[in-house]
Amino acid sequence: MRGTLSDRAGAALLMAPLLLFLILAYAWPFLGVVKWSFTLPTPGLGQYHALLTDELVQSVFIRTLRIAAIVTLVSVTAAYAITVVWVRGSPVQRVLAEFCILVPFWISVLTRAFGWVALLSNRGLINTWLQSIGFISEPLTLVRNEFGVIVGMSHFLIPFAVFPLASAMRSLDERVLLAARGLGSSRMRTFWTVFVPMTRSGIIGSAMITFVFSLGFFVTPAILGGGRSVMIAELIYLRIFQSPDWGLGAAISFVLVVFVGALMALLFRYVKPKQLV
Amino acid sequence: MQQPGRAAEIKANGIGKSFGSFRALDNLSLDIGRGEFLTLLGPSGSGKTTFLMILAGFVQPSEGKLFSDGVDITNRPAEQRAAGMVFQGYALFPHMSVEQNIAFPLKVRKKSASEIKSRVGEMVERVGLKGHEKKLPAQLSGGQQQRVALARALVFEPGVLLLDEPFSALDKSLRGQMQAEMKRLHQETGTTFVFVTHDQSEALALSSRVAIFNHGKLLQVGRPDEVYDRPANRFVAEFLGEINMLPVKGVRPADNGATGLCEDRAVNMRCKAEAIKGDAILAIRPEDMSIAPEASVNENGIAATAVASTYLGAATKLDLTTRQGAKVTVSVPNEVAASALSKGNSVWLTWPAEKGFLLPDGGQ
Repeated sequence: MRGTLSDRAGAALLMAPLLLFLILAYAWPFLGVVKWSFTLPTPGLGQYHALLTDELVQSVFIRTLRIAAIVTLVSVTAAYAITVVWVRGSPVQRVLAEFCILVPFWISVLTRAFGWVALLSNRGLINTWLQSIGFISEPLTLVRNEFGVIVGMSHFLIPFAVFPLASAMRSLDERVLLAARGLGSSRMRTFWTVFVPMTRSGIIGSAMITFVFSLGFFVTPAILGGGRSVMIAELIYLRIFQSPDWGLGAAISFVLVVFVGALMALLFRYVKPKQLV
Repeated sequence: MQQPGRAAEIKANGIGKSFGSFRALDNLSLDIGRGEFLTLLGPSGSGKTTFLMILAGFVQPSEGKLFSDGVDITNRPAEQRAAGMVFQGYALFPHMSVEQNIAFPLKVRKKSASEIKSRVGEMVERVGLKGHEKKLPAQLSGGQQQRVALARALVFEPGVLLLDEPFSALDKSLRGQMQAEMKRLHQETGTTFVFVTHDQSEALALSSRVAIFNHGKLLQVGRPDEVYDRPANRFVAEFLGEINMLPVKGVRPADNGATGLCEDRAVNMRCKAEAIKGDAILAIRPEDMSIAPEASVNENGIAATAVASTYLGAATKLDLTTRQGAKVTVSVPNEVAASALSKGNSVWLTWPAEKGFLLPDGGQ
């Protein structure tokens, strides 16, 4: 966006409190965390060496990446379907879709996680119902494992995945779709060969946001994973608050922040920030 | 619009379309001949684009029937009609190269790879895009994008090509070039062309017939010279170009034409006056009138005062006011305009009896 010098000065002034807050409340303390990773318990690169050799840390990293990838795939696919209805549906469908997108924002992440436990546990709604109709004899293990974590996280992230997709679909030229149909292409073919490729930037933005969010998830995996499917954020928590190993916790944090930062940099090379909202 | 390679004959029968309470198109009946170049002309909101969308199958008419080569296609979806279509703004697939854009309709029709390759190559050559095959639409100029759109719409040899204001985004010189190119493509392919525009000079220059629309109604269809020289009503007359309107009183039939009083002088007209009696409007194009120093017995003429002139290069446009206050515009040679303005501005406005036509007084 272009503007006069005073416009830009005004914008900078309005942004300043946020920037100041981020520096004081986030960047400055985080530098302290970085310092711990090099100094605790003894100065040096010992914690980073441990990171590379500790099998538990590595398995948690790999699990985190795997869960984040699956959650991203599930969330973006579901969000794509919802967004198509939201942007291109009939007026009634649009209102319904908007409701489905906005309502999750009103309910706390904690409430939702426990809601899923109630639905998915051995004596939860789904298992008792499936047993009552005789579909299964033993309850299915739907929670306190990776499956439960993926369900809960996808449910949380789908609304966030919707916005970049909606922005891409709204800016699409309707006439291009008409042109495809006029040239003899069926609705299905037009969707796959024209509509989906033309919303590519939205898909990339949506996937990146979901993936980055997934990496830092704490509450949902802690509750729905039941300690059996620990993700990286929970591992950091355990290292700092339960087995006082601040140095290792700090080192994992630093690596995570660098990794997420690199992903964001990659995202902004392909997608402009304003395409994400 | 079915058999490839064969121009379609289209018949619209009592087509109407309402959007809510808005009547976009009203009881339209029109025959489009095999291989003709028909232009749908009218101001925006006149219904011409709605009719084109109905022809393409993107809009369902509220009433009426549409036939192609005698087959009722009113309810046939757009993808099965397969009319070639060029949109305003071209609507190229932005993620596909020039080649892929042109190949799209052939791929949809499951043509063999070798046939697609040869036909796309042929089409690329025909529209002069050789060397640009691998480029994306965003890397092309407006005129080049236009050519891709034309090639994509023609490559599968549709029975009819529909064009929605295809030149509106081009500058004037490019526009003329593309018009000539389209005329050539029409002759080469022999396909039926239906072309929408609001530019009357474009319509007159390109088409074999022009259909003029206003307020959702089809007002007149005819060859360019027919609609220009013998417009059915005042709207058509004014829309096709500048025209002067002179009130004529006491019109009655006379030897090979009609006669009446214009500004208290007897005038003769070759046009028929059966339908019009009493007071009427005589409509004459600026290029059909001229300026004379004094009255002549053999020619129609009234006195007028030159008020202003606009130099147009090849000729001058002269604005005059008649004695009774009618405003008239005449297109005259430059030196005539100069002398008319110098001679105290008072001149004699004349026109031959065979020019001009009568319209009902005040009527549309």
